[in-house]
Amino acid sequence: MSDLQAAVAAGVLGAEEGHRELLRSTVEVARAIFRAKASSIFLLDTETDELVFEAVAGEGAHSLVGQRFPSSTGVAGWVLVTRQPLVVDDLSADTRFSQEAAESTGYVPKALMAVPLLVEDRALGVLEVLDRSSEQPFSLSEMNLLGLFASQAAVALDLLLRARRARAALAGEGDLSAFARVAARIESAGEEARAAGLELLRALEQLLSPQ
Amino acid sequence: MSALAHESNEELPAWSLPAGAGESIRLPVTWNEPVTREWAWGGSTGKGVRVCVLDSGIEHGHPLVGTVDRSIAIVREEGGIVVRENDDEGDLCGHGTACAGIIRSLAPECELVSVRVLGEGYTGSAKVMLRGLEWAIEQRFDVVNMSLSTTKRDYVDRLHELADAAYFARTLLIASAHNMPVESFPWRFASVVSVGSHEDADPLTFYSNPLPPVEFFARGLELDVAWLGGGTLRSTGNSFATPHISGVCALILAKHPELTPFQVKSVLHLTASNVGHE
Repeated sequence: MSDLQAAVAAGVLGAEEGHRELLRSTVEVARAIFRAKASSIFLLDTETDELVFEAVAGEGAHSLVGQRFPSSTGVAGWVLVTRQPLVVDDLSADTRFSQEAAESTGYVPKALMAVPLLVEDRALGVLEVLDRSSEQPFSLSEMNLLGLFASQAAVALDLLLRARRARAALAGEGDLSAFARVAARIESAGEEARAAGLELLRALEQLLSPQ
Repeated sequence: MSALAHESNEELPAWSLPAGAGESIRLPVTWNEPVTREWAWGGSTGKGVRVCVLDSGIEHGHPLVGTVDRSIAIVREEGGIVVRENDDEGDLCGHGTACAGIIRSLAPECELVSVRVLGEGYTGSAKVMLRGLEWAIEQRFDVVNMSLSTTKRDYVDRLHELADAAYFARTLLIASAHNMPVESFPWRFASVVSVGSHEDADPLTFYSNPLPPVEFFARGLELDVAWLGGGTLRSTGNSFATPHISGVCALILAKHPELTPFQVKSVLHLTASNVGHE
């Protein structure tokens, strides 16, 4: 897709807030499925090579979004680099982890499930589920469920990233930003204004067509 | 085939076998009796077998790991990716220590070497992983535990070449299978031993899968593994099933050093909990 097409698409894709909502609902569902205390999505920032808290449900929901840490250390870093899901319990016994978690989040989970978010050959980030319900013994079918759910979350994250790239392309092309604004206005206009707008666009297209 | 015969391979015809030369490459290996677990590794402690753990590092002095004979790290420096000897970072996650502890519990007298391929950032991590694997093959380890994989298509050809090189150089690569609907490597290659998880609690129960690409299932659910700070954690994942098979291979190779990766895989199949008489 060209930058211009992406820019026009960005105009009708809706606001960043809409995508954030998608990720928020994704972590809420993860939390509900595993009856967990918290769930979060980390996005890989390829510019700085860091993992960033992108969405959090449950404990830490208000304080964590936006926090960053190195992309290849700790459990999340291991999961991202190796593409392997990992489940660890009794985390409070790991003094280094507890200290790090407490310092960065104010919350020390006892158990953690972490799974990479993969789309095609790219790793976009990590989904974590903290302190799942321990009423049922853990089984490999839950591990598979986590993997399936992560595939869905990865698609949501990919959409968000594409929209961001489109917006970045738009910001870089000042002259072309008008296309996105026009596309957005036509999309949200009333029936009459929309028809008029489209007619005007068709006229513009005709005017610019080679004779 | 003895190790000696292997070393004198240069005298053998590389691409063809002349008439009457069959006798000159006669191999003394015979399996007259059924291949049982007792035959395969009975009495073995893994002594003399060199096992490499390609992971996040190994914590020094962990009571469940014991002696780590060598620790190196693959690091990025100006001018490229280099091998750094005497890595003193320990373990940057806990996972490498967990794998080393599992291998040690099965093969108490094997030699353990840590190759840390984690900690240099996500970007470029596939290159770091590849360099670590190259180094392990150059060093001619008997077993390389790879509880990791990549999805990067750009590296699949090189990874495939390395896996085949290891196979012919008698370095057995044991790789974690993926339990997610994505293509990842090297576990899909036939020249490695790929491992997924089963739910039994016995560390020596492993199954041969009649429906590859996952070839074996080993213990991977809710096990207590060595972790940072000299302690243990309860963990789950294919990445913990893998070192169980690495440990068993260390036991087999200590007792039968003449076996090639192809033969060790056959022994694993014949001694699997779901195969034949066992």
